[in-house]
Amino acid sequence: MIPGAFAYHRPTSVKEAVSLLGNLGDDARALAGGHSLIPMMKLRLASPAHLVDLAGVADLMGIREDGRDVVIGVMTTQHEVIASEPLAKKIPILRETSLLIADPQVRYVGTIGGNVANGDPGNDMPAVMICLNATYHVTGKSGDRRIAAREFYQGAYFTALEPGEIVTAIRVPAPAAGHGYAYEKLKRKVGDYATAAAAVVLTMTGGKVASCSIGLTNVAETPLWAEEAGKILIGSALDAATVKKAVAAAEAITSPASDGRGPAAYRTKMAGVMLTRALARAKERASA
Amino acid sequence: MAKSHISMTVNGKKVEELVEPRTLLIHFLREQLQLTGPHIGCETSHCGACTVDLDGKSVKSCTVFAVQANGADIRTIEGMAAADGTLHALQEAFREMHGLQCGFCTPGMITRAYRLLQENKNPTEDEIRVGISGNLCRCTGYQNIVKAIQYAAAKMSGVPFQEAAE
Repeated sequence: MIPGAFAYHRPTSVKEAVSLLGNLGDDARALAGGHSLIPMMKLRLASPAHLVDLAGVADLMGIREDGRDVVIGVMTTQHEVIASEPLAKKIPILRETSLLIADPQVRYVGTIGGNVANGDPGNDMPAVMICLNATYHVTGKSGDRRIAAREFYQGAYFTALEPGEIVTAIRVPAPAAGHGYAYEKLKRKVGDYATAAAAVVLTMTGGKVASCSIGLTNVAETPLWAEEAGKILIGSALDAATVKKAVAAAEAITSPASDGRGPAAYRTKMAGVMLTRALARAKERASA
Repeated sequence: MAKSHISMTVNGKKVEELVEPRTLLIHFLREQLQLTGPHIGCETSHCGACTVDLDGKSVKSCTVFAVQANGADIRTIEGMAAADGTLHALQEAFREMHGLQCGFCTPGMITRAYRLLQENKNPTEDEIRVGISGNLCRCTGYQNIVKAIQYAAAKMSGVPFQEAAE
């Protein structure tokens, strides 16, 4: 499996990268870790004439704290997400999710930016970013803008990015101290995409849910924010009846494909099961 | 397509070559440098037979372009034994513990286990199994591979290897 020929570019600044992408147009693709794009190129499902490798752009790397937010450079690898102390402390669901992505070798190279920006509904980070209400910093030829993760995904491999734009960083507001969280993913084997997965971040006060946000992976063309399901749970003690109602609301917004991971009805049901488990685990972890 | 000039260190030796940008690292290693230890198994970044150590990371060389490795320090299975032929603790361990049968996955297993033991000198059985979860073996059932990595970990730490009770 040999990819089609392409010209290789290695810019050293964001400015240079977006200017290359802007000038080269539709024939160019940005290369992050390459663990989605290179397999596609080997299968000739993608044949860009130009690859703009972002690995030499220092400004796209690193994790920094900015007040209550954590700002993660797009070229941060999953391995670095897992090893990050500030993330483990402030937003531990990211580490839990990264550990469920692919395998150790892929995590050394695969980046969080590639994972969120590619628009593959099978990727795990988008639903987690939607759950956390993250914002993507975007730069293009005409300047910088910010796009909410909840507005970013428009279809499979179709995002709010304009041609020539790249995501440069992911700004994640840290959930309140003492929050509960969980990412539950059903997969057939190590390295597989989710049959269905659910991300939950919640806070509890006096034994009752004070806030709850839910994201779902790989059960529609885009990652899903189960807003209604989260609302149903607020004020409850996560009793079985209310959880059941919320799970039904979450299942109702799914529209998975029937594929090797199972028929659509099964995958919808599994999204519900993952959500039930994630809620239980998030509750255990939350300080009341 | 114009070729790119790349230089890197492979198993301690400086190499300089011209490559097409689309040349995958595994093809560069095997065909241009004649290092045929890293194997091409699935070619879809699942099996781990092509694993090499690149700047302190285990990577699947079928999913990296050689141009991306420009300037890198790479170690393949060929670079594991000492110059006088003395086997690396992991190579000895795979032999002693029967950690291979057909041997196809072994170069990837050993280079992956090498990095795992650099990061975690005394891994538990679970940590080993998670650590090699990106490497497939269709012969051994993994039991003796896990044992071999435990043997090597003990040897590299200078403590006697004690096989867990069955």
